[in-house]
Amino acid sequence: MAESFKLLAEYLKLPFVRYALIVGVLVALCSALLGVTLVLKRFSFIGDGLSHVAFGAMALASVLNIMNEMPVVLIFTIITAVLLLKTGQMAKIKGDAALAMISVGSLAIGYLLLNIFPPSGNLTADVCKTLFGSDSILTLKATEVWLSIALAIIVVGIFVFFYNKIFAITFDESFSKATGTRAGIYNLVIAVVIAVVIVISMKLVGSLLISALVIFPALSAMRVFKNFKAVTICAAVLSVVCTLTGIITSILVNLPIGSTIVAADIVAFLGFTLAGLIKRSVSK
Amino acid sequence: MALLTACDLSIGYDGKTVLKNVNFHADAGDYLLIVGENGSGKSTLIKTVLGLNPPVSGKVIFGDGLLRSQIGYLPQQTAVQKDFPASVREVVMSGFCGAMGLRPFYSKKEKEEALENIEKLGISNLSKRCYRELSGGQQQRVLLARALCATKKLLLLDEPVSGLDPKAAFEMYSIISRLNKESGITVIMISHDINSSAKDSPTHVLELGKECFFGTKEEYDRSGRSVFKMYGGEENG
Repeated sequence: MAESFKLLAEYLKLPFVRYALIVGVLVALCSALLGVTLVLKRFSFIGDGLSHVAFGAMALASVLNIMNEMPVVLIFTIITAVLLLKTGQMAKIKGDAALAMISVGSLAIGYLLLNIFPPSGNLTADVCKTLFGSDSILTLKATEVWLSIALAIIVVGIFVFFYNKIFAITFDESFSKATGTRAGIYNLVIAVVIAVVIVISMKLVGSLLISALVIFPALSAMRVFKNFKAVTICAAVLSVVCTLTGIITSILVNLPIGSTIVAADIVAFLGFTLAGLIKRSVSK
Repeated sequence: MALLTACDLSIGYDGKTVLKNVNFHADAGDYLLIVGENGSGKSTLIKTVLGLNPPVSGKVIFGDGLLRSQIGYLPQQTAVQKDFPASVREVVMSGFCGAMGLRPFYSKKEKEEALENIEKLGISNLSKRCYRELSGGQQQRVLLARALCATKKLLLLDEPVSGLDPKAAFEMYSIISRLNKESGITVIMISHDINSSAKDSPTHVLELGKECFFGTKEEYDRSGRSVFKMYGGEENG
């Protein structure tokens, strides 16, 4: 045990490990905050769908040899998010089907593009990295860290500022609209923010595992708590704790970061489910 | 001028017209009951009045300086709410959102008002409880308290007693009637199962169908098409 701590202290001296921890905490925080709304709005899968779109965009960017791929990916993902949430209510193809279609479509096209125009020698490793995150969080540059910090501050700011409206719209969209809240604009804001969070978290867990960051903390918190504020706070804290645990474990034991974080989230979910059952049987 | 006027209103959704040329108005203090068979367009009418559905033609005019953010609405419950983790207080408070503009947090006055509305509906003992764990009747009261936070003038209610047992339905109707008589709130209510407890409260009736009827309760009773007649027999027998 002491050995591990010593090793950890040693690792923490390295700037890229510190970067990974900072970005990890921020991503965990943002995705959990949004996750509560998404899960309740029955949009759990949007994280998954958007991350596949982000993968497609990433493939496109690397085929076109664009060095700084983040803006390209961000724009593509934001546009898709807006289209999905906008058309979700009225489109002929219903929300979940449209999402599944776009999601699997961009994954396939992305991989196809990478195969037709291979950008680097080691294609399989590249794809694996983008899908599962592997160790790319340890390759973050200082500018990327600052960008993530800025984006995270904006996301949390928006969430706090619009908290009451987000609650009202999530709980009952037609009531909110009918009584004068401009729900359309708030849905747009939520869509943009989701896209931003997805793009920042891609580096951390990879595009296949992002939905875990969005869904698990919210679901875990909902097992135990019964009001919106408590659920939101609990989800945020839990997500940060799980992500930190995941990153540190993966560094010490040398496991892939993304999957370790998701494993931590799963353990927490099981724990919270149990706690919820106990709480319910005690109160009865 | 009337609080709310519908002029030659034709309504529908998805490009389909369900009802043509409806005319009615509600003055301050009225209690307008909207009846009609299933599929006659009652909910669509309410949604059009609220601006959730665009009218096919014609228009809805607000009078007496009524703003959209001053209307209270009791919608039919949605599937999302069945497992939503929210306390009664959180739900009731959210009634203020429409009138808040860009202000992010509730004011002290709004918090007090929410408590008053919770008390008015007799659910003070539930205010910390989780919404999804309440009975149907209790949930409807919570949603009505939320609607009261949004308005002091006009309440639109879409089937407020659907799914409630007779006792809860009776209580709901008497609360609505009390809000209309004592607090002077104008009420526009859709209902298809008018029981004897509610039949004396409405001042006006709008019946939707092939030929719409709009008039006072007395005119409606005299018109010979009254839905209340059906229940008259029950009362005597």
